[in-house]
Amino acid sequence: MLPDAVEHHHPALAHQFDSLEQQKEAATLGMWIFLVTEVLFFGGLFLTYTTYRHLYPDAFAAASHELIVWAGTINTAVLITSSLTMALAVHAAQTGNRRLLVLFLIVTMILGTVFLGIKAFEYYSEWEERHVPGLNYAFDPRYYRHAQIFFSLYFLMTGLHALHMIIGLGIMAVMLRWSIRGTITPEYFTPIEISGLYWHFVDIVWIFLFPLLYLIGRHAHV
Amino acid sequence: MASTVITPARHYLNDGYGITSWLLTRDHKRIALLYLAGVTFFFFVGGAMAVVMRLELATPAGDLVSDETYNKLFTMHGVMMVFFFLIPAIPNVLGNFLVPIMIGAKDLAFPKLNLFSWYIFIVGGLFSLYALVAGGVDTGWTFYAPFSTVSSTTNVIPTALGIFITGFSSILTGLNFIVTIHRMRAPGLTWFRLPLFLWSTYATSLINVLGTPVIAITLLLVAAERVFHFGFFNPALGGDPVLFQHLFWFYSHPAVYIMVLPAMGVVSELVAAGCRKPVFGYPFVAFASVAIAVLGFLVWGHHMFVAGESVYAAMIFSILSFLVAIPSAVKVFNWTATMYKGSVSWETPMLYAYGFIGLFTIGGLTGLFLAAIAVDVHVTDTYFIVAHFHYIMVGGTIMGYLGGLHYWWPKISGRLYHEGLAKIAAWIIFIGFNLTFFPQFVVGYLGMPRRYHAYPPEFQVLNVLSSAGASILGVGYLLPMAYLIWSLRYGRIAGSNPWGAVGLEWTTTSPPPTENFAQTPVVTWDAYEYPAPVETHVA
Amino acid sequence: MSEANPGGAAHPAHVVPTRIYYVIFGILMLCTYLTVQIAFFDLGILNTVAALTIAVLKAALVVLFFMHVKYSTRLTWAVVIGSIFWLAILLALTLTDYTTRAWQTFG
Repeated sequence: MLPDAVEHHHPALAHQFDSLEQQKEAATLGMWIFLVTEVLFFGGLFLTYTTYRHLYPDAFAAASHELIVWAGTINTAVLITSSLTMALAVHAAQTGNRRLLVLFLIVTMILGTVFLGIKAFEYYSEWEERHVPGLNYAFDPRYYRHAQIFFSLYFLMTGLHALHMIIGLGIMAVMLRWSIRGTITPEYFTPIEISGLYWHFVDIVWIFLFPLLYLIGRHAHV
Repeated sequence: MASTVITPARHYLNDGYGITSWLLTRDHKRIALLYLAGVTFFFFVGGAMAVVMRLELATPAGDLVSDETYNKLFTMHGVMMVFFFLIPAIPNVLGNFLVPIMIGAKDLAFPKLNLFSWYIFIVGGLFSLYALVAGGVDTGWTFYAPFSTVSSTTNVIPTALGIFITGFSSILTGLNFIVTIHRMRAPGLTWFRLPLFLWSTYATSLINVLGTPVIAITLLLVAAERVFHFGFFNPALGGDPVLFQHLFWFYSHPAVYIMVLPAMGVVSELVAAGCRKPVFGYPFVAFASVAIAVLGFLVWGHHMFVAGESVYAAMIFSILSFLVAIPSAVKVFNWTATMYKGSVSWETPMLYAYGFIGLFTIGGLTGLFLAAIAVDVHVTDTYFIVAHFHYIMVGGTIMGYLGGLHYWWPKISGRLYHEGLAKIAAWIIFIGFNLTFFPQFVVGYLGMPRRYHAYPPEFQVLNVLSSAGASILGVGYLLPMAYLIWSLRYGRIAGSNPWGAVGLEWTTTSPPPTENFAQTPVVTWDAYEYPAPVETHVA
Repeated sequence: MSEANPGGAAHPAHVVPTRIYYVIFGILMLCTYLTVQIAFFDLGILNTVAALTIAVLKAALVVLFFMHVKYSTRLTWAVVIGSIFWLAILLALTLTDYTTRAWQTFG
């Protein structure tokens, strides 16, 4: 049996691990597996969406037409940019550039907040247009029931996505604090990297939500 | 192999006293015991429901409880047993305790997450308990829409939320196990040197991670539909109730493999130790575990043959359901082959293992009958189905759980239980179980529907047999509670390896120290390297 | 201390040059512009095909480059592909029901 090595204990090394490398690989694998669960979690909603779009294509097109395309497009651009700044933040952490790391984290958080702001504006508009099922819903009688299913899915899917964004902002706030304090170093930047994985995943969900919700039947003249 | 029969001075049970040292522990072994307390409690809540149900069913008339109360009883029985006992029991009690030890690690990859998982489990359970005391739920544990989303006036939302919350406990535990097994094995411990219990636990964790999120979103949709009247599953609003069933069973079928795979893993360990032989065809048993996990995700539509599913989809699901039986059968053949020419023993854990092999085979074979659409159409929603799944969940999973609990009890507690009493309890459970559930195959085939609190008088004899069996089974379950707790104080000291078994867990003390091993082991042997039996020739 | 887990490769941290991030960002923005523009033309079923194809391409770029999967272990690849495969099972097998319900039944 090998004796346990008397190791120089890095302050961030947890007792169950033998090395920072092992800890990093475990944390990364853990985050990836968590993202798998998120794929299946959103997946149930995507299945519901696929089923009803297959069954009621015209109602879905008519309802989708009511969404604010420019808001969705800007939000897509905002999130893609935030993924860029997040990747640059991880790069800064890896190369030991604390100032850039802090800067990119702040920009990422600002972009995330902009996203949520635009989303809030959209929700308010949809409330005014009476497209909120369960609250004040009204729609063209030809598509009334089936469009309601679309709007229900729209609010559920974008709402769940927004909740994940808010949680992401919370995570970024913690990362910002650790970055400012100097906890993050080129030897130990795992928290930034796995937070980045989460952030990119939330971006990917939106990459699918945008065309599926906003871009059905856009060519039709209603 | 000589083992030192003393309790070590320092071990995980006396490493810190007081309630906070338990409620704030990061030690996977203590967390396993926290789960043991939790699942045992929920088992008896679910069991109490069953007692009242079997009392009602002893007579044909619905005279003990009203039909609405009966609906609430079978619903809560199912919810408690499935989500708060069967799914967490073996992975979170035996798995939590054994996974790090079996791979030679100090703890799981994420100990704080492990503790958090336990709290989530308890909070979810409390939500569902609240629903129970606040008047119950009457939808069946399957929550079929639109009854659950529109018409039911009972506490659907708290129950659904409770299961939703507890689901995250399963997800996080599965995540923890997968990362641990991939990244924290001791030097020399390759995948094919792992004990088969770990292969089963790994396969179970895959299912937990891939399937549970879908039931989570489904229950969220049920709650949302109840509150906001969305209409996803309500035909009056353009929705399809069968979509709910697709979403529900996508998880709930693999869930039954979450329940049985860990028990199979336990049985592999018991058979090897009890027969002093390596498990026959180790790679096949290992791959069979993963195959069950994968194939188990492809068959959910067999719960919906009569629900309005397309007959073409039904045929696909039927064929896939036949396929999934193959890896299970491989395991049964391999365990049997292991016993052949082995030094077969009859200690209590082995009794449970043999019970599992026989009863799981019956349950599994009746599953094949159900995979055939033509048969399923006749016996759906009868007691045949009830008997089928109880043979697997009780005859299979609970036998595996009890067998494992007895086998590893000396390691967990440092004490030996009373073997005579334990054997008697095992036999009482076996007899009680078969008396309870075999008549249900017959009465179901004869046409008695499930989820009814009254039935035609010609079914009474079989129901009385079943209820009598249930009372015997109940006694059988209480006995291990008694003698295991008794052994904590008065049992003989176990020593590090009372069974003379091969495995990393038996190389450390009983109970183990908090860090599991004095030094990290280096593994150079296969999983079940028992000495070859001495051949004797009879002239 | 030597590597304590025989299964895990000692993976040197790969630093992706930032230039690559900016190129990928540009492609993603271009794809976004394209997908919105295409939506305003009536291409029948191709609208959906185009929208999903572009979305899959964008997601792949984010996964491969921003999430570093291109430079990651086989295990990471297996996890990513596994999640897509399982989502596909959920969608495909359920759709076998919905797309065949209207077909002729037997008898």
